[in-house]
Amino acid sequence: MRSRGRKESLAESRDLDGSYDQLTDSVEDEFELSTVCHRPEGLEQLQEQTKFSRKELQVLYRGFKNECPTGLVNEENFKQIYSQFFPQGDSGTYAAFLFNAFDTDHDGSISFEDFVAGLSVILRGTIDDRLSWAFNLYDLNKDGCITKEEMLDIMKSIYDMMGKYTYPAMQEEAPREHVENFFQKMDRNKDGVVTIEEFIESCQKDENIMRSMQLFDNVI
Amino acid sequence: MAAGVAAWLPFARAAAIGWMPVANCPMPLAPTEKNKRQDELIILNVSGRRFQTWRTTLERYPDTLLGSTEKEFFFNEDTKEYFFDRDPEVFRCILNFYRTGKLHYPRYECISAYDEELAFYGILPEIIGDCCYEEYKDRKRENAERLMDDNDSENNQEGSMPSLNLRQTMWRAFENPHTSTLALVFYYVTGFFIAVSVITNVVETVPCGTVPGNKELPCGERYAVAFFCLDTACVMIFTVEYLMRLFAAPSRYRFMRSVMSIIDVVAIMPYYIGLVMTNNEDVSGAFVTLRVFRVFRIFKFSRHSQGLRILGYTLKSCASELGFLLFSLTMAIIIFATVMFYAEKGSSASKFTSIPASFWYTIVTMTTLGYGDMVPKTIAGKIFGSICSLSGVLVIALPVPVIVSNFSRIYHQNQRADKRRAQKKARLARIRVAKTGSSSAYLHSKRNGLLNAALELTGSSDDEQHISKSTSLIESQHHHLLHCLEKTTGLSYLVDDPLLSVRTSTIKVYNSEAPKTSPDSLQGYRCNHEFIDEQLFEQNCMDNSMQNYPSTRSPSLSSNNGGSTSCCSRRNKTTTHLPNSNVPATRLRSMQELSTIHIQCSEQPSLTTSRSSLNMKSDDGLRPNCKTSHLTTAIISIPTPPALTPEGESRPPPSSPHPTMNISTTCSNVVKVSAL
Repeated sequence: MRSRGRKESLAESRDLDGSYDQLTDSVEDEFELSTVCHRPEGLEQLQEQTKFSRKELQVLYRGFKNECPTGLVNEENFKQIYSQFFPQGDSGTYAAFLFNAFDTDHDGSISFEDFVAGLSVILRGTIDDRLSWAFNLYDLNKDGCITKEEMLDIMKSIYDMMGKYTYPAMQEEAPREHVENFFQKMDRNKDGVVTIEEFIESCQKDENIMRSMQLFDNVI
Repeated sequence: MAAGVAAWLPFARAAAIGWMPVANCPMPLAPTEKNKRQDELIILNVSGRRFQTWRTTLERYPDTLLGSTEKEFFFNEDTKEYFFDRDPEVFRCILNFYRTGKLHYPRYECISAYDEELAFYGILPEIIGDCCYEEYKDRKRENAERLMDDNDSENNQEGSMPSLNLRQTMWRAFENPHTSTLALVFYYVTGFFIAVSVITNVVETVPCGTVPGNKELPCGERYAVAFFCLDTACVMIFTVEYLMRLFAAPSRYRFMRSVMSIIDVVAIMPYYIGLVMTNNEDVSGAFVTLRVFRVFRIFKFSRHSQGLRILGYTLKSCASELGFLLFSLTMAIIIFATVMFYAEKGSSASKFTSIPASFWYTIVTMTTLGYGDMVPKTIAGKIFGSICSLSGVLVIALPVPVIVSNFSRIYHQNQRADKRRAQKKARLARIRVAKTGSSSAYLHSKRNGLLNAALELTGSSDDEQHISKSTSLIESQHHHLLHCLEKTTGLSYLVDDPLLSVRTSTIKVYNSEAPKTSPDSLQGYRCNHEFIDEQLFEQNCMDNSMQNYPSTRSPSLSSNNGGSTSCCSRRNKTTTHLPNSNVPATRLRSMQELSTIHIQCSEQPSLTTSRSSLNMKSDDGLRPNCKTSHLTTAIISIPTPPALTPEGESRPPPSSPHPTMNISTTCSNVVKVSAL
């Protein structure tokens, strides 16, 4: 008995007391996760780090904690929350991209600090900040440039959110065409990729984009 | 979108940044918040328990009371909080709904109370979360059944049956034998004949005695004629019953498709087929088989027994469990039969000649019957045989508790319905008593009110104590309202209760204006009729005429006669609205008790002039004119229900020739009036 490793004896005890069950295995695992709790840093620190006021941080945290009592959002949760805003389409892919964009330290979960940091850039940052955040979102492998494939993925995920029943009906080629359009606009040196400088420059020249960036001023 | 994630809407809007750079066309304008209030705490005071929440939490559901401006009606300026005089326990659930987006139904809460609270706060019950929805629906259904039961019985009780035609009466009689004695008789007669028929079928086959020739004959063949007659009688009764049911059924097609009618048909068909086929000897074999169907008559008993019906319903509702039982048994039988066959193949003279032949062994073993006509002889066979019998116990034991629990649930539901019906009578009686209690309270207080007013005039305070009954403010306002209605219509309320069998009316006594000295001093009064039925009316008219009116008062008499004639003339009218008019006849309609009323009035103004005054509606104005009227009433109350006192006031005695009466001449003023 003594020679057995701790892991083995653990496994054996699980078998004996019957808490291990093929059917309900996943449920058991989830119980362990839920005991992990994360508390954000103090309000003052967050105030320094972000551009939100104290009251705004309070409101944001209350909403955050309501949906994620443990203080951490994992990708599943995130997708589920985001999908509630788009009942018709499938927002899973886009939510995954968003998750990667928010999860700056890439530890698989978004804490309140990550959440608020991202929101601070989008809602309270300068236009350039916002544009670079958007670039970061598009750059899936974070190598500093957007390729056509990455853009196609993003485009497809955006179109997926619309769902099947749209008017006019969505064409198969629509994302691809949209990507071509985008690259034509953004890719200055026509090298097939869009770098951040090209991106910001082209966006600054586009009236529509500039105007739409200002929409975010009043979200909170 | 659930309200819980409403807090994440800003995030979702921020995430839209990913769309902006790729969009080809300009974005629409964002909605602006008109009055961007800082989120504030709202205090909700529900019966003293204070709940606090953010304003935005409540505004998540703008079409409810708390989410809309409707709550401003409940705002208390002094304490700057919203006060609701409702149940705090249920409010907890309701507030949680705003917070989490899920409405829960607590089990300990009464369903109607909960529904009322939901209706008050403007929340639809359909949004109750899945976790609590089943429970809620179950209890609501139970409640609805109970209400329906009550309503049905009340309708029946009130006797306000719409006139049913023959068909409907017959159908009702068939379905509910307790509605009339004829139905009950029919019910028992058919039950008796079903029993007779079943017993004859059984006894027919018993061998009774031998016939010369040493042959044992069954009774059926020995007394063939007798049995045939019995059978014919039973079948005739059944046929008649079936035809009557078919005639009375509201939907004949549906009736013919129902199980009971199919059983009826199957029960009587063999006889008729037998009648037709007796000529043909060839098909007598089939004829014999047909007689088997006569046993279905026993199922006709299910109309007479509720337990049988419950059993049938249980089996129907447990069809899936029964199916599973059958399926698993079949599987096990096939497996074990195969195994036993191959195990016993080797042994000589084995009875296990084929797999189907082994089925019989397997079934007998699995159900632990063990007839012993087939037994395994090899060792392997015995081993497998024992495994077979052990597994049989398990396989059969598994689905049985499910069926049993289903049966128990349905049975208890039925018991509940029966108990409710039994308690219904008591419950309705309670409700009726409460109703009459309130209306008689009104009459009681009115009488007291009269006396009080009269006493005020006389200024005597002796009798005040036993007259002034403490009524709450609400009660007195309610009574005042009824009083006003009476005055408006000129009618007055009657307490009418068949159980109590008391009818009383209130009679107003008031004096006319100026004290006039006239020999015919009579107090004016008014007679009120309402809700009188014809016979009572007649009776009372007769009573009045038999009352001992000292007859010297002509005007009074004439007025009386006029009164009585006019009363009687009104007999034929079915409408009972009354001119508040010239009917100076009193009516005392207590059928059971003697009421003795002493009325003493010191001043009795004349009647003649008072006639006109009778037309005046308000007696209040007149009463003060009789300054020294002193009314006492001694009333013997009826023993039955509480708070009911018959009221009546007799006519004041047609006065003696003394124009002025004073208190000293009380005796002459006393009139004993007895009714019945």
